[in-house]
Amino acid sequence: MAAFFSPFLSKPDTVSRIMLQVLLALLPGIAMYVWYFGPAILVSISLASITALGTEALMLKLRDRPVAPFLKDHSALLTGWLLALSIPPLAPWWLVVVGTAFCIVVAKHLYGGLGNNLFNPAMVGFAVLIISFPAQMTQWISPHGLGQIELTFADQLRYMFLGILPPNVTLDAITMATPLDTLKTHLHLDEPIRQILDMPIYGRLAGQGSEMVSWGFLAGGLYLMARRIISWHIPLAYLGTIFAMAGIFHLADPAHYVTPLFHWFSGAAMLGAFFILTDPVSSPTTHHGKLIFAAGAGLITYLIRAFGGFPDGTAFATLLMNICVPLIVLYTQPKIFGRKGRKP
Amino acid sequence: MLAALLAMSAIAIVLGAVLGYSAIKFRVDGNPLADKIDAVLPQTQCGQCGYPGCRPYADAIANGEADINLCPPGGEEGIQKLAELLGVEPKPFGSDAQPKPKSVAFIDENTCIGCTLCIQACPVDAISGAAKQMHTIIAAECTGCELCLPPCPVDCISMLPLEENVANWKWKYPVYALRPSK
Amino acid sequence: MSALFKFHGGVHPPTHKTESTATPITRLPLPARLVVPFRQHAGDAAIPIVKPGDHVLKGQLIGEPQGFVSSAVHAPTSGVIEFIGPHPVAHPSGLPDICAVLIPDGKESWIEKVSVDYRNTPIAGLREHLRMAGIVGLGGAVFPSDIKLRPLRGHSIQNIEVLILNGAECEPYITCDDMLMRERAAEVVRGGEILRFMLGAGKVLIGIEDNKPEAIAAMRAAVQAEGLPFEVAEIPTLYPSGSAKQLIRVLTGREVPSGELPTDIGVQSFNVATAYSVARCFEQGEPMLSRIVTVTGNVTQPRNYEVLLGTPIADLLAHSEPKTDTRGYLMGGPMMGTPLPSTDVPLVKASNCFIAMSDALFPAPPATLPCIRCGRCADACPADLQPMDLYWFARAKDFGKTQSYHLFDCIECGACAYVCPSHIPLVQYYRFAKSEIRAREQDKLSADRARERHEYREFRMEREKREKEEKLRAKERAAQATKPAATGEVPTASDAAAEAQRKIQDALAQAKAQAAEAQPRNTENLTPEQLAEIAEIEARRARIRELAKSDVEAPKE
Repeated sequence: MAAFFSPFLSKPDTVSRIMLQVLLALLPGIAMYVWYFGPAILVSISLASITALGTEALMLKLRDRPVAPFLKDHSALLTGWLLALSIPPLAPWWLVVVGTAFCIVVAKHLYGGLGNNLFNPAMVGFAVLIISFPAQMTQWISPHGLGQIELTFADQLRYMFLGILPPNVTLDAITMATPLDTLKTHLHLDEPIRQILDMPIYGRLAGQGSEMVSWGFLAGGLYLMARRIISWHIPLAYLGTIFAMAGIFHLADPAHYVTPLFHWFSGAAMLGAFFILTDPVSSPTTHHGKLIFAAGAGLITYLIRAFGGFPDGTAFATLLMNICVPLIVLYTQPKIFGRKGRKP
Repeated sequence: MLAALLAMSAIAIVLGAVLGYSAIKFRVDGNPLADKIDAVLPQTQCGQCGYPGCRPYADAIANGEADINLCPPGGEEGIQKLAELLGVEPKPFGSDAQPKPKSVAFIDENTCIGCTLCIQACPVDAISGAAKQMHTIIAAECTGCELCLPPCPVDCISMLPLEENVANWKWKYPVYALRPSK
Repeated sequence: MSALFKFHGGVHPPTHKTESTATPITRLPLPARLVVPFRQHAGDAAIPIVKPGDHVLKGQLIGEPQGFVSSAVHAPTSGVIEFIGPHPVAHPSGLPDICAVLIPDGKESWIEKVSVDYRNTPIAGLREHLRMAGIVGLGGAVFPSDIKLRPLRGHSIQNIEVLILNGAECEPYITCDDMLMRERAAEVVRGGEILRFMLGAGKVLIGIEDNKPEAIAAMRAAVQAEGLPFEVAEIPTLYPSGSAKQLIRVLTGREVPSGELPTDIGVQSFNVATAYSVARCFEQGEPMLSRIVTVTGNVTQPRNYEVLLGTPIADLLAHSEPKTDTRGYLMGGPMMGTPLPSTDVPLVKASNCFIAMSDALFPAPPATLPCIRCGRCADACPADLQPMDLYWFARAKDFGKTQSYHLFDCIECGACAYVCPSHIPLVQYYRFAKSEIRAREQDKLSADRARERHEYREFRMEREKREKEEKLRAKERAAQATKPAATGEVPTASDAAAEAQRKIQDALAQAKAQAAEAQPRNTENLTPEQLAEIAEIEARRARIRELAKSDVEAPKE
C-alpha cells in the first residue's frame, strides 16, 4: 500500500534492522564465551532461538496477528539470545525451552506483544528460572583450563539433552561457582579479599574467562553506541553508579569490598548495561528518565551483590526499575519548545 | 457504661453541630451537579429525552429521576461523559433512541405559507419570518432538534444532514493495513 | 555576522533540489481556462462580487474579503466569467469549494495599476491595501499578511525589533524561493524594506540555508546594491529550519513562547516570496495574481514556473512532461505536502511545489509495526515533544491527554514519522486528534450559544405572557367602562375567524399540491446503466467496510 500520509519520505531504518544490529553486537561476547567455556552456549542459543520463534509464531496466530512481519522484526530472537546468555550453558535443554517460552508467552504476548511489555522479557524468564530451578541455574561450566575434567562437545550435548554424564564424572567436577558467587561464599567465611582473589578462578580484573566475556559485551555495546542504536545515558548511568557505589565501599573498607572494576567485569554488568537495560520498550523514553532508571538499577545491582542473597543482581534490578518506568517518565517530561524557563 | 454513652452523645452533638453549621455556611445555591450535567448536554433542546429541554433533563438526571442514555444528539460520547461525571457505568441507547447524523432544518420556500407555527416551536429562535411572509432557517443557529417539523401544516420543512465541506472537514483516523498488501 | 543558535532535533532528508534549479524560471503560457478558488488563504472565503457572463480585467477584484482573517481574490487575467460554484480544489479532503471559472480573452488587458508611495501613506491604509491586493504568506500557511502587520492588542504601534525574511526553504525538492532569490533578489529586498518600514523594525535578518549558495550571493549583492543594512545569514541545512519558530530561534536565539505569537517577543517573519509580492503590490500596483512554483520529481523537465493563480494543475504538469511510471502527484514538499486528489484542481496561492511520484523516488514504506518506544521521534522533534506519547494518546482517542502533552505545539513537520523505525504515520494521528479537538470546541461553542438563545427565548416568552395578561386586564377594564357598545361585535369576530380558517385550508391544499409536484424524481426511471453503477458503488462500499473490519490494526486493540 502506498503512503497516503505525509511525510512521504522515511529513513530506511526498521525495527528489524535495529534488532539485527543488537544481535550482531552480541557476537564478540558470544565468541569470548565459546573460547573460554566451550561451544555448549551455542547449543543453548540455538535452542532458545527456535523456541522463541516458535512460541512467537504460535502467539501471533492465537492473537490473530500477521505472523511474517512480526517474526522478521527479530525481537523474539533477541529475547531468546539474551536469556540463553544469562543462564548456565550446561543447563538442561528443557530449562532453556521453558524459560524462553515463558519470556515470549507471558512476559511479552500476554502484555500485548511487541512494544507493550512492561518488563524486560528476558529478565522475567531469568527470574522465573532462578526462583523455580535454583539447582540447575547454578551449573556454571568451569572456564577453560580450570575444571578437573573438561567434557567433549559430544559429552556436553549428551548431558544437556539426556542428563547423562560420562562414567566416573560428577557434576561438581565440571562445574564451579561463578566468581561473584565464590566471592560471596568466602566473604561469609570471613576470609580477606586479597586471599580470595588469589584463587585460580580469578583473573586480572575479575573472573577468569568471564571477564573476557564482559570485554566482548563492552565492545559490542560501544558498537551500538557508535551506530546510535542506543544512547549513552543508560550504560553510563548504570556503570557509573556501580562504579561509584563500589568505589565508596572499596575505599572505606578494602578488606571486605572488591574494586569497582571487579564489579564491572563480573556477572551480567556489561550485558545489562548495554543490552538489557537499554531495551527501549521497558526503559524510559526521556533522557533524564534514562539516567534515573539506570542509576537506580545500578544501585540495586550493587546492593544485591554486596548485601543481598543472590550473587548477581542485574536481573532483579532491571525488573524492579521496570516497574518504576511510567512514574519516572511522568516526572521527567522535557521542557518543550517555547516553554523553557516556565512550568511545563 | 454511662461514661461511654455520654462520650458518644457528646461526640455526636459536636459533629452534628459542625455539619449543621457547614451546611449553612457553605450552602451552594442552585444545583451544581445539574449545571455540570447541563454543560455536557448538547443543548439541542429537542425534547427527545422526554423532558422539555436540556436543562430539565439535567435536573432530572441530577435528581436521579432520569437515565443517562436518553439523549441521542449527544451521541455515545455524551453518554460516556455523563457516566464519567456521575461515576456510573455507561449504557447503550435504547432501540427507539438512536443518534442520527447532525442535520439542520431547511424550509422549502416555495411551499411555505408563512403561518409562523414553526417560529413558535423553535426553541432557539433560529427561524426568521413573519405572518404571511416566507420563513427561513438561520442554519448557523439551528440545533437540528426537529421540533419545527410536526407543527408545519404543509410539511415544507425537511432535515438536511450537515454536509462536509472544506471548512468543516476533519482529518480521519489513520487506517492502514497491518499486513503488507498482496 | 551575528551568532546562530540551534534548535532541538531536526532531520536531514535527501534534498533533491539541484534537479529543478538548472533552468531559469519559465513563464507558463496563458491556459485556456482558469479556475480561481475564493478560499486561497487561511480564514474565511472571499465573497464573489462578479456574476457568470461578466467580463473582467486582469487584476480586477472578483472576491471581497469577509471577516477579520480573510483576503481578496482577483482575476488573474482578462476574460469572461463562465461559472461560479463548487469545483474540485487542492485540499486533502478532495471536496469541492467555491471557485470562479474564467475563460481568458487572451488580451491580458490590465486594470489601471496604481503604485503606492508607502513612505507617505498612513500604515493602516497600507494594510488595507495589502488586504485588498490579496497578499498572503506564500510560505505555505497563506495567512493574510495585513494581519501580521497589525499592532498587538493594547499597543498603538508595532513594537517589533527584528524582521526576519524566511528564505530557508528547508523541505526537500522545493526550490521556488531559491530561484526567486537568485533571479529577483532586488525586489525581495525592497519588499523586505517595505515590511520593515510598516513594522518599524530596527533589524532585518534574512535566513537562507547553506545549500543555496547562489541565492545567498544574489541576496547579499542585492542588499548591497539597495544600500540597506540587512543581514543575510547562512544557516545550516537542517529540516525544519524553515518553520517560523525554528528559524526565529536559529537567527535570534529567542523562543516564541508556546501559544503566543512571534510578535510577543518582538520578532516578525515573512517568507521571501511574500516580500516579493509586497514589492510588486506597492511598486507596480499589481495584486497577487501569480506565483512561482516548482514542478519536479518524476518528470523529464523539472524546473520552476511563474504561473497564474487558477491555472489547472494538469496544464502545468504537462509542460514538465511527467514520466510514464508516475503514480500520483504531491502538492507541497514530501515532508508536509498532501497528495492531489486529481490534476483537475487549480493552482492556488499556497501551491509552492508539485512533485510527480514514482515507486523509485517514493518507495512504499515497509509495513507498520507497533511502537517500540525507541525515542528516535523525540530526538528528532523540533518542538521537544514526546511524539510516542502523543501517538499513544491520539490512537486511544484520549484527547485531553494529548492536549496536556502539548499536542498543539506540534508543527506537523513530519520529522518524527521520517525517523520512525516502525513506520507509523504519526503526523496523521496528530492531525486527526487536532481536528477532533477543534470540532469538539466548535460543538461546545455552538451548544453554549444554543443554551443562551434558549434561555433568552424562555425569558422572552415569560415577558410576553406577562405583557399580554396586563394588556388583557387593561382591555377588560376598558370594556367594562364601555359595555353596551361592545355587544354587537362578537359574531363579527367569529366570522373573521372562520374566514381565516378557510384561507388556511386553501393555502394548505395549494401547498400540498406544490409539494407533490416538488417530489424528488432522481431515484426513479433509472437506466440500466445507472442502476448497474449504483450497484457497483454499493458493492465497493461493502468491500471497503469489510476491509476496514478485517485488515486494520485499529479496531482490534
